Amino acid sequence: MEGLNELAFVLGGVNHWITVFLIMAGLYIIVSRSNMIKKLVGLSIFQTSVYLLYVSPGKIIGGTAPIIIEGAEDQLYSNPLPHVLILTAIVVGVATLALGLALVVRVNEAYGSIEEDEVYSVGDWN
Amino acid sequence: MLIDQFPAIVVAVPLVAAALCAIIRHETACWLIALVVAFLSFVGSATMLGQIKEYGEPLSYKMGGWAPPAGIELRVDLLSGYLLVLVSLIASAVLIYGRHSVRSEIKEGLRGLYYAMYLLCMCGLLGIVITGDAFNAFVFMEISSLSMYTLVALGKDRRALAASYQYLIMGTIGATMYVIGVGLLFTITGTLNLVDMADRLGPILDTPAAIAGMAFVVVGLSLKIALFPLHLWLPNAYAFAPSAVTAFLAATATKVSIYLLMRFIYSVFGFGFAIEQTPIPEVIMVLSLVAIFAGSFSAIFQENVKRMLAYSSVAQIGYITLGIALANATGLTGSLVHIFNHAVMKGALFMLVGGIALQVGTVRLSDMAGVGKAMPLTMFGFVLGGFSMLGVPGTVGFVSKWYLAVGALDNGWWWVVALLMLSSLLVLAYMGRVIEVAFFRERPEGAAALKEAPKSMIMTAWVFILACVYLGFDTSFTVGVAEQAVDVLMGGAQ
Repeated sequence: MEGLNELAFVLGGVNHWITVFLIMAGLYIIVSRSNMIKKLVGLSIFQTSVYLLYVSPGKIIGGTAPIIIEGAEDQLYSNPLPHVLILTAIVVGVATLALGLALVVRVNEAYGSIEEDEVYSVGDWN
Repeated sequence: MLIDQFPAIVVAVPLVAAALCAIIRHETACWLIALVVAFLSFVGSATMLGQIKEYGEPLSYKMGGWAPPAGIELRVDLLSGYLLVLVSLIASAVLIYGRHSVRSEIKEGLRGLYYAMYLLCMCGLLGIVITGDAFNAFVFMEISSLSMYTLVALGKDRRALAASYQYLIMGTIGATMYVIGVGLLFTITGTLNLVDMADRLGPILDTPAAIAGMAFVVVGLSLKIALFPLHLWLPNAYAFAPSAVTAFLAATATKVSIYLLMRFIYSVFGFGFAIEQTPIPEVIMVLSLVAIFAGSFSAIFQENVKRMLAYSSVAQIGYITLGIALANATGLTGSLVHIFNHAVMKGALFMLVGGIALQVGTVRLSDMAGVGKAMPLTMFGFVLGGFSMLGVPGTVGFVSKWYLAVGALDNGWWWVVALLMLSSLLVLAYMGRVIEVAFFRERPEGAAALKEAPKSMIMTAWVFILACVYLGFDTSFTVGVAEQAVDVLMGGAQ
């Protein structure tokens, strides 16, 4: 029986495991890559983890969309708030990525490289 | 009453004006719009603070007519009113100051957009302070941060681009950490309203999810605050941003994040849990002390004066967070007073250095030899600002250090007081270096003649320098409001 409990723990929280995986994968890419575009990819993955974190507790199995229809008041429905929040977070994520990519384009024009090792070693940073 | 609408007006007007500036793009028109809007925000904030101080009741505005906790609440109490006044005051002053330096440092076609971004950034910063909703604070945080990255990238030097990129990566990690924390807290409480969240968290604070959420929020905000060792984005961003942006950024951006951290630690998680039952104060305490020393030491070895002041900011942020860690009324008062005082003095110093950047062309220490003779007003202001950083009695720096020291003694931590004294010596070392080069060295032969910086720049900077001295004697505004605001914090969210 104990084995079953553990299996339920692993499978039941599968969305959380994926969230944790995305957080770690994203952060790892940001830390380990020197290519500025790849870093932004990592950043996006990191931000994506948040979407799953918010949306999954809002989902109820068998729940429908939260629309009020006469005669069907006792319906089981999913919480709409997390979905709306994440819509905002997605917009923020897109804006950040767009700005980041624009900066990389400018860095490439100015330095002729998008490798952090090369950009940060050029010139005297002091 | 009209004043009930002020919380919404203070945030919404800059937002609309920013869009307007982005359409108009005409430099002078945009500057005027920005100035009027910033000044109106200041008047609005000051009126609200006055009202709250008199009646003791926080102002609450229901966004879209939806009552909290379901709807988004804009909430102004003494603490947020204090920060609103600070942000809008600095924003207005830097606009007056920045007209010349923006002209010299930013390409012609971009100046209108610069003011649009500036207003957007101001809107975001005011929004973080004014909102009573955890997720709304994240949205405002990203509005201010994204516009701040753009503003930093407008610097003349190409290194500004790299610095801005670095800031974007670190800033986004910080904001995302914060939103993960808020997500965990939302999952267990089902609310985003800070006051409501504090109520509902009360009985379940000791659960793993609440503690994990708290950890994410604290770490995320520490990144935004640039608390050592999460400060790596700060020196480059401050050093290579346009002078006006640096003055604005240094005086407001980190302060607003500190405000949010205080809110979460004291109002949401509560003194009884966050301070007494978690290692948060100990961790912040150690990091603050390391920040004070590491920041000041690094400042001593900088060649670029803006970068030197930036490292000094890392150290000064250490003083502010130290007050949070002291966790008693006096220490927290010191921390709140230092938020205002540091904004005033560091704002003034960055403004003066901006004048030097305009006239000399660089801010490298080696190029500043003999500047004191050619630009006496600038450098004399710099000396007074330096005194204030040092904490000489009669300046604002002394007032905040005094409260921090007394707060430390209240806890019986005399060694913290000793370290505070010792750290002042380091300030003397790095400020002294600049003063030595500027006053006691001759300008190299054949160097172009120097003039004093334009009047608008000198005057704004001097208003702040004089404020450093004035507020050092008359502490009724800063300490008076801070002491009452501490009661709000210590009493938890009402």
